[in-house]
Amino acid sequence: MDTTALGFNTINLGHGSGGVMTRDLLDKIIFKTFSNPYLNQKHDGSIVHFNNKIAISTDSFVVSPIFFKGGNIGELAVHGTVNDVAMCGAIPKYLSLAFIVEEGLKIEEFITIVNAIKLAADISGVQIITGDTKVVERGKGDKIFINTTGFGEVNPKANISTDNIKVGDKIIVNGFVAQHGMAIMSQREGLEFESTIESDTTNLNFLVNDLIDEFGNKIHLLRDPTRGGLASVLSEISQDTNKGVTIYETKIPLEKQVAAACEILGLDALYVANEGVFIAIVDADIANAVVEMMQKDEKGKNAVCIGEITSGHPNKVVMHNELGGKRIVSPLIGEQLPRIC
Amino acid sequence: MKYLTEYRNLEATKSYLKLIENTVTQTWKIMEICGGQTHGLVKNGILELLPKKVQMIHGPGCPVCVTPLNLIDKAIELLENGVIVCSFGDMIRVPGSKKSLLEAKAEGGDLRILYSPIEAMKIARNNPDKEVVFFAVGFETTAPANALSVLHAQKEGLKNYSILVSHVLVPPAMEAILDDKFCNINAFLGAGHVCTIMGYKEYIPLSEKYKTPIVITGFEPLDLVQGIYMAVKQLEEGICKVENQYSRAVKKAGNTSAINVINQVFEIGNREWRGIGDIPNSGYILTKAFKDFDAELKFGISNIKAPESANCIAGEVLKGIKKPHECSQFGKACSPSNPLGAPMVSSEGACAAYYHFSSNTI
Repeated sequence: MDTTALGFNTINLGHGSGGVMTRDLLDKIIFKTFSNPYLNQKHDGSIVHFNNKIAISTDSFVVSPIFFKGGNIGELAVHGTVNDVAMCGAIPKYLSLAFIVEEGLKIEEFITIVNAIKLAADISGVQIITGDTKVVERGKGDKIFINTTGFGEVNPKANISTDNIKVGDKIIVNGFVAQHGMAIMSQREGLEFESTIESDTTNLNFLVNDLIDEFGNKIHLLRDPTRGGLASVLSEISQDTNKGVTIYETKIPLEKQVAAACEILGLDALYVANEGVFIAIVDADIANAVVEMMQKDEKGKNAVCIGEITSGHPNKVVMHNELGGKRIVSPLIGEQLPRIC
Repeated sequence: MKYLTEYRNLEATKSYLKLIENTVTQTWKIMEICGGQTHGLVKNGILELLPKKVQMIHGPGCPVCVTPLNLIDKAIELLENGVIVCSFGDMIRVPGSKKSLLEAKAEGGDLRILYSPIEAMKIARNNPDKEVVFFAVGFETTAPANALSVLHAQKEGLKNYSILVSHVLVPPAMEAILDDKFCNINAFLGAGHVCTIMGYKEYIPLSEKYKTPIVITGFEPLDLVQGIYMAVKQLEEGICKVENQYSRAVKKAGNTSAINVINQVFEIGNREWRGIGDIPNSGYILTKAFKDFDAELKFGISNIKAPESANCIAGEVLKGIKKPHECSQFGKACSPSNPLGAPMVSSEGACAAYYHFSSNTI
């Protein structure tokens, strides 16, 4: 897009006024990019029709920096919500899209983000059907915040709930953990280090839906371990089910460079954020078949079974290491902090 | 990762565990000095795999844990007066007498989490109208980088950069522990990172004076069990000397260029240790030539005092007299989300290591 034709180089307070400038921004960028029959009504909201149960999930995205290796805040805002809807056993169809922009954001950056949203939405098979744009004064935001809410139709074969988890169930992860968090960390002011680690941000909805079509209610729970990482999700599961979670350190897929970066900064990969990772807790009968099916998909090619649900140590996650030692994996308390030495 | 994965080798680690079991005939108490070693022992479940006769005592080598409360209050005072305070990550959640640096940040303080003091200099350069202070805590390990930032700042003529120094040294702390009348430690695992900088010459007279084996040890499972084996072997054979398990990183004379940088900027001075108290000649202070970079003098905050929580037994834990779970507050009034003392905050603190990983709580 030729930004000179827009007549403005940065987003300013006027673009959030609701007046002519707002309309200008919407017409020239938002409606033009996301054009679809719902949005083109330019109404206060959209009316959609579902035939089945629907799953709804909302998420706000405040990542800093907004551009990082492997993606930007725009595609993250699509993938995050699409994946959350998918984890409910649903096929995501529609997204709402709300921006809170700090005045002064360069229009090129805004357009790059909008285009990334469009591409990610197209790939994920979702349409943007309603939205909002607000502008706040400089210093009252961090360039741009995005909220998306996703709506999806629940797959009739799905029955996803922590209530279904039973002792003996296997825990499967689709691929390498900690990629996203370490990609962001490597570009954060004051902590920068050179690496080629890229965010793993991606949509998981098609792979998840294929699994549900194939295995139905034998898939007991799906979760995407974003903030707080694998450790936090597993801790929540053990507490919610009052059962134990056992995992094996050597099974956890961790890419070498990510492992090294975690070592340098003193971070535990189990607590680092992911954006293209999900865990499936499945009936032990189908565990191998689930892993095999995932491995045939690009987004699950490194899938592996990392542990199981146990009756021992209820409410706790215990990780066994190669030596035969074991340790508790406790939930993350605050932000993980790089250590001194 | 080459030098890490090799030292996580399962078979080699198991064979050293077996050697320890075959060698030990009586109960020995061995203190690992460094918090990183404590973390490695607990995280890898090594404490459970050792024979009962080998008892590991967790030492004071967690920089965050031994930084006195008043230093945290001083950093907060600076933050609240518009100074940009830069800190290593794990320092920011440690509670001061009223609040932590993280809470002071939430109230509007400009706190930056950094990995290197050189980054703090960059911030000073980019904010010439602001004062920038680096919270220079740590043992000998972090001293060279902190000293280097001061040297560079002086060379560049950066007037708005200074450091809040709380550098402590390992050998005086070991001596203080050995002099304590409750001390029952038979041998030490010396801190591998500290000795990478300083070498191990200064541990020889200590080992001789107190007739105590000292094995300079690394941090991976194989390092730890090999270090423990070397200590047990000395004890069983009635020998006491300094040995170097971590020879892939540690030379006897240390890193001479790093030591040279330290000596240009710092001199030995008295330091207060959180939970332990004043230890004479146990830390670094800036030399006269670099007093302009001393944040305490620059901002007149030397007089800030801060009392410790009466319920926290951090001192006894840091000296190895008590184990974290022997504290009546452990896991109750004191947890990582509401720490009473620093060892519960830092990932290297003995209390946090026990809380997060130990099978004592399984």
